[in-house]
Amino acid sequence: MTKAISVAGLHKAFGRTHALDGLDLDVTAGEVHGFLGPNGAGKSTTIRVLLGLLRADAGTVSLLGGDAWADAVALHRRIAYVPGDVTLWRNLSGGEVIDLYGRLRGGLDRARRTELLERFELDPTKKGRTYSKGNRQKVALVAAFASDVELLILDEPTSGLDPLMEEVFQSCVAEARDAGRTILLSSHILSEVETLCDRVSIIRAGRTVETGTLAELRHLTRTSIRAELAGPPNGIAHLPGVYDVDVRGLKVSLQADTDKLDAVLRSLTASGVRSLTSTPPTLEELFLRHYTTADEANAR
Amino acid sequence: MNRQLAGTGALLRLALRRDRVMMPVWVLVTGLLVASMPGSLEKVYGTAAERAELASSMNANGSMRALYGPVFGDSLGALTSWRMGVYGAVLAAVMSLIIVIRHTREEEETGRQEMLSAAMVGRRAPLTAALLAALVANACVVLIVVGGLAGQGGPGALALGLAIGGAGLLFAGIAAVAAQLTESARAAKGLTSAVLGAAFVLKAAGDAGTPAGACALTWISPLGWLENARAFAGERWWVLLLLVAGVALATGAAYLLSGRRDLGMGFLPARPGPAEGRLGTAGALAWRLQRGSLVGWGAAFLVAGLVFGGMADGAADVVGGNEKTRRIIERMGGQSGLTDAFLAAMAGLFGMIAALYVVSSVLRLSGEESAQRAEPLLSNAVGRLRWAGGHLAVAFGGSAVILLLAGLGLGIGHGRDLGTTVGASLAQLPAVWLLGALAALLYGALPKYAVAGWAVAGVALALGWIGPALDLPQSVMNVSPFTHLPKLPGPEALDWAPLLTLTVLAAALVAAGLGALRRRDLVA
Repeated sequence: MTKAISVAGLHKAFGRTHALDGLDLDVTAGEVHGFLGPNGAGKSTTIRVLLGLLRADAGTVSLLGGDAWADAVALHRRIAYVPGDVTLWRNLSGGEVIDLYGRLRGGLDRARRTELLERFELDPTKKGRTYSKGNRQKVALVAAFASDVELLILDEPTSGLDPLMEEVFQSCVAEARDAGRTILLSSHILSEVETLCDRVSIIRAGRTVETGTLAELRHLTRTSIRAELAGPPNGIAHLPGVYDVDVRGLKVSLQADTDKLDAVLRSLTASGVRSLTSTPPTLEELFLRHYTTADEANAR
Repeated sequence: MNRQLAGTGALLRLALRRDRVMMPVWVLVTGLLVASMPGSLEKVYGTAAERAELASSMNANGSMRALYGPVFGDSLGALTSWRMGVYGAVLAAVMSLIIVIRHTREEEETGRQEMLSAAMVGRRAPLTAALLAALVANACVVLIVVGGLAGQGGPGALALGLAIGGAGLLFAGIAAVAAQLTESARAAKGLTSAVLGAAFVLKAAGDAGTPAGACALTWISPLGWLENARAFAGERWWVLLLLVAGVALATGAAYLLSGRRDLGMGFLPARPGPAEGRLGTAGALAWRLQRGSLVGWGAAFLVAGLVFGGMADGAADVVGGNEKTRRIIERMGGQSGLTDAFLAAMAGLFGMIAALYVVSSVLRLSGEESAQRAEPLLSNAVGRLRWAGGHLAVAFGGSAVILLLAGLGLGIGHGRDLGTTVGASLAQLPAVWLLGALAALLYGALPKYAVAGWAVAGVALALGWIGPALDLPQSVMNVSPFTHLPKLPGPEALDWAPLLTLTVLAAALVAAGLGALRRRDLVA
């Protein structure tokens, strides 16, 4: 598998604040990679280093086989970037900006441009100052998705879009992946990440704390189980990897480490199971667990 | 009325808090420049006889009257009013327009006003708070001027102080009107500056041909009212009433207009643009972003050149044959022949004002970067040098174009061979470029302090305007690149050495600035 993005041991300090503290990031060519982390974790700083706008203090940063800083201009021909906060020139129309960005990249697919304008319901004749936040983002999104590039770097690209447009965005990302493009998606909308992303990296305080497919990440967390039993539960609270046990008569609810599920289910079926619901952890829970444990770790 | 003004006090405190550095600096610089003038004049013209000679020779000379206005008396106070009255008023006007537009149109443009207006803030409160902030600043200038000059005579000090503060407030009102008309702060500042520039040109044109400020052109200009108030020389208090009426008229118009428009909108509606664009390079984008302002500057320079060129002969009619005047005129730019001296002084004036253009154009780079428009642009296949090069080409090429237009205007207006005046005007270019190059170096190496480019240009301008009449030592005058330029038109053979040295120095500074830009982080 070729790497579209390969970052190892990336450090970046602004004065005395260490924004990035040994960050690693690997994005395989052709995948949609979710890039998650709380505010101030260093997501945007990482992206700006990837784009050659900031210079890394230490570590290696390679994109599409080139060096992010030294080969920036040549690489940018093959990259499209959408910032979270799009600012436009007040006296240029949206269409002019889309065409400018297309020409400054590898070129623009005219048919695709027309189609995207229609799907995003964007009027390209309006001037930069008259667009709302969501519409400014659409200008950048149309320019990115209509560009003939290999890698899309999207930094919270949907923070101003309405749910209908969010759906259009998701189908555009899926189409880009089907066309063989690589996408790095930084987002706080976890349902979006869950739907779109093949793999996810979670960063915190300038470091990567977790990376893998969603299934792999889930494996490290707890599944919640509710069961109605035929007889009283027997010693289930003492099993390893079981937490928050609540027994009310024949009804049991508990949390179990996902890799200990087998033992938990054996113990439950021993009492006879009438009904069972098992909920895998949502990305939210996964996310929150990472942040809270890191907080506790910091507190210690 | 009460509901309309709700929250004015809170907004005023916010404005004063935000301007806590800028406003005192403007107030002190403006006030002290005026208030310190008697002391400076006394050092050079110690005796009454010397001052009388200065007054009569300055009055006899059209180019001096155009620049500073007529002298109405030979006391230290009257000379201060002559020397610094109009410039003090220009400084107060620029300060006022910055304050008013910063707290009205700029707040709306950035969207901050929306959040404020959603709170308990009346519809008229933002405009009122901005005008009150300008009133506070101008009142402080008046206090410093009146206090500082009281020793020269109470009534004169009061008249000069009130005239300067009144002119400042008038331009606060004009800025308030401009802020209602346009949708961008940049356009509002440009519109108000254009009115200020027109006021100066009218006053200068009127004074060049007529002594004692009696010309109708002078009376049209608010800056002409200031000199006609005749501080320290039999004050005409009623002229100040013109300023009062002007302030009332302008602020009234601003309130009327503000009541008839929606938040964030102007009276000049936004037209739709093309659905498809032709822009394809960073250079083309730089030209597109800057061409409007270049056209405005070019038109202003051409018109001003025509006006000044037309009055060159009239200015030279009156003979100012004494030694002191000749020395001052020589320092201003001319070497022989009063017409040549006048044209040379005007070319120098255009050069200094072109320095403002080049700095503002170079600092567009800084504006694009801090507004986060550079970041997405540079994430395309655009090198930083190419991007910055586009803006710098407009800045340095544009300053050549506007000086060329000024030279053409001077030549056509004067009805003389264009080569002489165009040459005199373009000879300013190396000094203009050097100041632009310093701004480019500051931007490349110390992006946070890029605005210091304005301060550098300001020092050069202050030396050029105030230095000659004050007999400042040559070592101080040498700080300004304009001092080193040959005086054109003149009888001597053109000395290319300083022009080439300044140009090479400017190129080296630009190269250093670009080198620093390529190595540094972009500012988030």
